[in-house]
Parts: sequence; structure tokens; C-alpha cells
Amino acid sequence: MLNNNVEQVDRRQVARTVSVALVIAFAIALAAAFFILGIRADLKETGAWTFLILKLGFAAAIAGPTSIYLIRVARPGGERKTSVVVAALPLIVVVILAAVSLVFTPATHWNEMILGEQWLECLLSIPIIAIAPFAVVVWAVRRMAPTDLVRTGAFAGLAAGAMSAAGYAFHCTDDSLPFVALWYGGTIALCTLAGAILGPRLLRW
Amino acid sequence: MTTNEAELQALMVASLDGDPAAHRKLFDRLSGRLRAYYKGRLEHIGRSASEAEDLVQEALIAIHLRRHTYDAAELFTPWAYAIAQYKLIDHLRRTRASLPDVPIDDAEEVMAQDDHVATESAYDLHRLLDQLPDRMRRLIRYVKLDGLSVAETASRCGMTESAVKVNVHRGLRALAALIAPKKAT
Repeated sequence: MLNNNVEQVDRRQVARTVSVALVIAFAIALAAAFFILGIRADLKETGAWTFLILKLGFAAAIAGPTSIYLIRVARPGGERKTSVVVAALPLIVVVILAAVSLVFTPATHWNEMILGEQWLECLLSIPIIAIAPFAVVVWAVRRMAPTDLVRTGAFAGLAAGAMSAAGYAFHCTDDSLPFVALWYGGTIALCTLAGAILGPRLLRW
Repeated sequence: MTTNEAELQALMVASLDGDPAAHRKLFDRLSGRLRAYYKGRLEHIGRSASEAEDLVQEALIAIHLRRHTYDAAELFTPWAYAIAQYKLIDHLRRTRASLPDVPIDDAEEVMAQDDHVATESAYDLHRLLDQLPDRMRRLIRYVKLDGLSVAETASRCGMTESAVKVNVHRGLRALAALIAPKKAT
């Protein structure tokens, strides 16, 4: 059975399939945020732009390395060439920055900075928007041969969460570092956890 | 699996390019190595080495079906080892999980048959038979318990068929007599 079926194999299949899936996943996250939630109305102000770029930078800092890691973990043994610390670094950095900004702010403003106006919307939107991108990434990685399913699932969740957060950033009007750290960072961590738990079930081969 | 990485990698690259001879040779080499690997691993953790054969087949099929995930810039051995190890862990997890996963229907089967009665009556019968004379006991055992024919029993014991019949008949009557008083009490 094995020997009669040795047609030439496309060697770039892994990188291509996973990258295409990541692009599609990001497009879905953006489209969902734009069409369901809408873009924030105050984008003409410079302050709004600054925070939008900051949030996008935060999401990109997570999604970038994680995308590369996803291509690696899709191959057997590829998990050895990934670093959990590097993938989690943006989360750690944003938490430190948030703590610093809180220290330099009077405690009376803390409540407002941390909860913002829309913390509940953020808490719900990012995980919900992340579902479809997560499914697309899992679909692609399943066709490869990941051998560390927990880590692969976690990276898929992390990437989907970051993409979802990037989409949501266009809608979100809460501009404070503690808000981003807690609600963006927290929901992305939640997506990562969900991915790690679902990984062994969804990715088995 | 570390001894001839270069050879295995060359075979793998050739088979990725669609060379059937290289592919066959590669899988011949791999199956021997995988069998040794799995036998060693299974014995090491106290499992039966007979499971190794299934694992070898599974790993070979996986290596074949997932061969597009091999990056020719990387070593072949760690790639194949990662698949082999993945299949081993998957197998162990699956077979461990299968113990509590026995379907619920089987619960009734536990109580469905009682071997106790059969065991006990066999015990009683042998106690009764022991009370008969030697020859009679042997004849009843042959004809009634072991299911030999009268003719076979006759030739085995060096008796005529009618003598066998008479002795079996008398023996059974004697057994009935042994049981009768017990029933009366």
C-alpha cells in the first residue's frame, strides 16, 4: 500500500498552508470587528491614533513570533525550536508598563483606568471573535503533523487571540495601558489556555 | 536510529522527489529500526512487546502520509523519531483509556452466567463416582462424561460392547441409589 503511492511531494506545503491559514484567520478577525462592532468614531484625533497603534503593536508583537512558531510546531519535533517565553514576552512587557503607569497616577484614577467604559464588551468580544480564526488555524495545522498538541493548541489560541485583539482595537475607545494589559492581555491569555486545553482533542492524528 | 543518518536522509529526499525504489528501501530500513525501538520501549515500561508490531505499522503509515512535513534542510532521524514517539505516547494513552471505557452493555454480562453451579455439580459428581468400583467408574466416565462411543470404550478397556453397556447401566443404577437416600432426608 505504501509503495505504490510515491508521487512527488511539495516541500513548501507546510509553510504555505499555515501562512495562508494565518492570513485568512486575520482577515476574518478584522472583518468580524469591522462589520459587527464597527470602527471607533473618534479616529480623527491624534490621541486615538496613538493608542490604536499601540494596541496594534502589542497584538503584532504577539502574533508575529507566534505565527513563525506555528509553522515550526506543525512539523514533528518542531516544538523544540519554539520558546514559550518569547511568545509570552509582549504580555509580560505590557503588564510591567501598566504597573508603571499606575504607579505614576493618583489612586483615584485607577478605577477608571483599569475598568474603562467597555471592559465587559472587551472581555466578551475578543474571545468570541477569536473562535473563527482559531478554527482556521487548527484546520491548517491538523493537516501537518504536530507532535506537541498542548503547545500547538496554545500557540493557535494565542495567535487567534492576538488577531482578534487587533481587530477589536479598531473599535475599542478605552485608551489606557492598564486596560490593555488586563482586558486585552487577559482575554488573549484566556484564548491561549482554551487552545492548550482543546489542542489534544482537535489536533490528534 | 542514529547510525546512518546520511543514508536515511538521502533516501528520504529521493522518495520525496517520487523515487519508488528509494521509498521502498527507506521503509525497509525504517521498519527494522522502529520494531527494535518499540520493543525496547514497551519492555522498558513493562508492556507486552507484541504491541510493537501494530505500532510499527502505525508509525510507517504516519511517516508515509505525513512525509510532506519533513524539511529537507533538517536532520531526518529527529523527525522520524518525533513521529515514532508521538505514536507511542498516543498508543499508550489510548490503551490506558480503554480500560474504563468498556461499553456499558458489558455490565450485565458480568452477572449473566453463573459458573458456580457447574463447578459445584462437577465436584458432587466426582464424589459420587468415587464411591463406585474402579472399572464401573472408568466406564461411566468414558461413555457419559468424555462422550466416547460404546464401541470405542469397549476396545479401549478390552471388553465386549454388551459388557460395557451392562456395566454402565449398573453403574448408573448404583449412582441413583446413592443419591436416593440423600434426597429422602
